[in-house]
Amino acid sequence: MDVEMIKLLAAAIALIPLFGVGLGLGKLFSSFIETVGRNPGAKQDIFQVGMIGAAMTEAIGIFALAVALILIFVA
Amino acid sequence: MADPLKQFAVKPVIPIEFGTLNLSLTNSSLWMLVCVFVAVLIMLGMARRRALVPCRTQNVPEIFYEFIHAMVKDTLGHHGRTYMPLVFSLFMIVLIGNILGMIPFGFTITSHIVVTGALSMLVIGVVTVMGFVNHGLKFLRLFAPKGLPLPIYIIIIPVEIVSYMSRPFTLALRLAANMTAGHTMLKVFAIFSIQAGVLAGLGPMLFNAAMVSFEILVAVLQAYIFTILTCMYLKDAVELH
Repeated sequence: MDVEMIKLLAAAIALIPLFGVGLGLGKLFSSFIETVGRNPGAKQDIFQVGMIGAAMTEAIGIFALAVALILIFVA
Repeated sequence: MADPLKQFAVKPVIPIEFGTLNLSLTNSSLWMLVCVFVAVLIMLGMARRRALVPCRTQNVPEIFYEFIHAMVKDTLGHHGRTYMPLVFSLFMIVLIGNILGMIPFGFTITSHIVVTGALSMLVIGVVTVMGFVNHGLKFLRLFAPKGLPLPIYIIIIPVEIVSYMSRPFTLALRLAANMTAGHTMLKVFAIFSIQAGVLAGLGPMLFNAAMVSFEILVAVLQAYIFTILTCMYLKDAVELH
């Protein structure tokens, strides 16, 4: 294995956190839908909070992507 | 076969070069000008009559305005009026940039970290400057929430500082990564349907048609998330927690 291959492999490993991000987003939106189903009147407020939560959860995935991109292009 | 990442290449349309300085009008800046033109068309052109009872064309800018106005009022309170022009301009440029990227042979300006990074650094710059202007040195209390036991501060202050400093990166990367990923996927499936031939190529093409509508949803959603996070960050500058 030469260095380029190991870099690509490391970049792929760096994307493993996407597993957790996917789980988290699924959980977030499933409870969002459940809550709106129970209380449709509060949809507007919950939507805003839910989107902020989704953005925060996605940030972890973005960090993983940044690490992978750094491994491929910078390191 | 065509490269799915080729669509993000920045090419000069009108080359302007002074020695080593390259000031060419690229396709990126051309599409930025188109975005500004569309925004002006919507906000000034369609609201030209300014009737008290809006006609159909006047409704469009009013929907945008009222949407952002409600968001700013909810998150920032009545201090939010100062930041309304900033938040509204950011929302319009990100939304129109995302939507115009969906036009075939178009260029998505928000798929470049240079563009989104400039926007997010503007946001964080405004938050930092306005925080110090509004609160003076008390703004540093943002990094040390009140009412915690003393040993916790040793951990919480570095964590808060790192989370504050990672904000411009996440804000920029979220938008750019979402746009890049979506558009790359569309082109990958377009390549599939070319390779598969006429009959079998229908499958990827139908999937692509569904993905285009999904991408329009993502474009609007990402513009919304960019704006709501801008509001959340501005809230620190307006009122300390």
